[in-house]
Amino acid sequence: MNRLSPFNVVSLTLGFAFLYLPMVILVIYSFNESKLVTVWAGFSTKWYGELVRNEAFLDAALVTLQVALLTSTLATILGTCAAYVLIRMHRFPGRTLFSGMIYAPLVMPDVILGLSLLLLFIGLNVDRGVLTIVLAHTTFAMCYVSVVVSSRLVAFDRSLEEAALDLGATPFQTFRLVTLPIIAPAVISGWLLAFTLSLDDLVIASFTAGPSSTTLPMKIFSAVRLGVSPEINALSTIMIAIVTVGVITASLVSKRAAVRRLREEKAAERA
Amino acid sequence: MPQKIFAPWDDPDETPLIRFQNVSKRFGDFTAIDAIDLEIYAREFFALLGPSGCGKTTLMRMLAGFETPSSGKIFLSGQDIAPVPPNQRAVNMMFQSYALFPHLSVWDNIAFGLRREGRARDEIDARVGEMLKLTRLEKFARRKPHQISGGQRQRVALARSLAKAPKLLLLDEPLGALDKKLREETQFELMDIQETTGTTFVIVTHDQEEAMTVASRVAVMDEGRLIQVATPDRIYEAPASVYVADFIGDVNIIEGKAHQTGDRVQVDWAEGQPALAAKTTRDFSLEQTCYLAIRPEKVAISAEKPSGANVLSGEVLDIAYLGNLSTYHVKLPTGHVIKAQQANTRRIARRPFTWEDKVWVSWTESAAVVLDR
Repeated sequence: MNRLSPFNVVSLTLGFAFLYLPMVILVIYSFNESKLVTVWAGFSTKWYGELVRNEAFLDAALVTLQVALLTSTLATILGTCAAYVLIRMHRFPGRTLFSGMIYAPLVMPDVILGLSLLLLFIGLNVDRGVLTIVLAHTTFAMCYVSVVVSSRLVAFDRSLEEAALDLGATPFQTFRLVTLPIIAPAVISGWLLAFTLSLDDLVIASFTAGPSSTTLPMKIFSAVRLGVSPEINALSTIMIAIVTVGVITASLVSKRAAVRRLREEKAAERA
Repeated sequence: MPQKIFAPWDDPDETPLIRFQNVSKRFGDFTAIDAIDLEIYAREFFALLGPSGCGKTTLMRMLAGFETPSSGKIFLSGQDIAPVPPNQRAVNMMFQSYALFPHLSVWDNIAFGLRREGRARDEIDARVGEMLKLTRLEKFARRKPHQISGGQRQRVALARSLAKAPKLLLLDEPLGALDKKLREETQFELMDIQETTGTTFVIVTHDQEEAMTVASRVAVMDEGRLIQVATPDRIYEAPASVYVADFIGDVNIIEGKAHQTGDRVQVDWAEGQPALAAKTTRDFSLEQTCYLAIRPEKVAISAEKPSGANVLSGEVLDIAYLGNLSTYHVKLPTGHVIKAQQANTRRIARRPFTWEDKVWVSWTESAAVVLDR
């Protein structure tokens, strides 16, 4: 069944083309000499130069980065706490309600979430800006973090925590010295997930941003409404490159670690 | 001068290290532990033995502090330990899964408990070194748990739980994950370490051979109750019930009606068969249902009819050859099957009996134990 039949080749090609063709075209046209995005006029990197000189884009990038860093850190702390309580505490009043509610923002439409937060901020008379975007992003990103972390906690051998307690560690020391280092990979992927979610969110940010705090997706979206410029192609290409390098590095590192671990385990059993 | 035999449970002046006082544990409707009274003495190697689900692990987890009794009290050195959290008990536990911290080296695993006590650095160094030496792990101090073999991991777990010199060490199926050969070696190692350190050990196991080998006393449990608590030889030679006799080793059980005269009981067990005789210290009422328990190695098998009591004729139904021993299954005319065991002192070619041979089985009056349940 490992043979590549013509049918398999065709469906594979179609599938990947569907996924990646738009991006490939975008990348190619970012190196276009012409100002018109649909006409090829030779290779050039001038739009990248233009981009670096465009202060509005740079400001937006800075805001986005700031929001994403704050959001992912805050969401990771809150999401990990929520996951820990949900998995470890077996019975407490309102557990079912709490566990249902923590996952609700996952299925809630972004528009509703954004609107409700906007109304809340107006009601509380909070000035909209970076802080409100961070709060809004944290609200939904922490749910994703808690899903990732709790899947790791479920697989976690409970007796490790009992062993730490048995050896005289307080519950907090147990969490800090045993639980956290072991679930660290899940916490880190939760952080990365929250970072990405915050980075590319447009809807919720549009509702909760103030005049001085435009994020990059908002900037791109409003720029595109005036017509697609090759500058945006260049910006998108940079973002694709960053994400690709990140994903490939992460998977290489984790694969290497797994292979090394397997080799060491085999060596230990032979000895 | 004769050496004093270690038997604090027979000494009325001795105070126990651990006392369970009418302890019960319920999980919802399920009763895991049912009104247990038990005393364990310092320096004992005490085994909790029973099938899975009998409550032995729950009993141990109550000592460690991971479960609290639903009713009753547990005393450790005279102090009620119910309000003491697990991290403040002078009790350490070796887990069935070993529960080694995967992100820490062997050295750091062993030092974990000592560091929590806030001891001085050189003191920790010395103690960890001592533990590594005791468990012959010096070479592996810098390795991570996944870089050592299963047997070595078992020794790390032991070293870690012994490092704080606990009053009481709990071992939850400590040898379950090892293969048979390694398990037997490790049993003797455990006994040596227990003797060297003078720590009280409580071991949970479902392996009756393991309990018999290592323990000074064995508690046989079933469905949350203690069935019998005694030394291994008493458990084997004088079981308290058919359950214990059957759980420990191999046994022939014959049901009958008792006729007691003094310390002798005649048991009517089948129509038209002579009564079987046995000595006992119990009292049986007339015609009371009773059970004769006879170990296979105490049943003699012969071609000629032997003289004496308890002689039955039958036919060889099956032979289980175990190398050093052979077990003959002898079918009686009544349908009962009696197991008789013989040491194979001769080469197999000269085995005296074969399938369908007519043989006699017999045992002495003191070989059988009469049980009332």
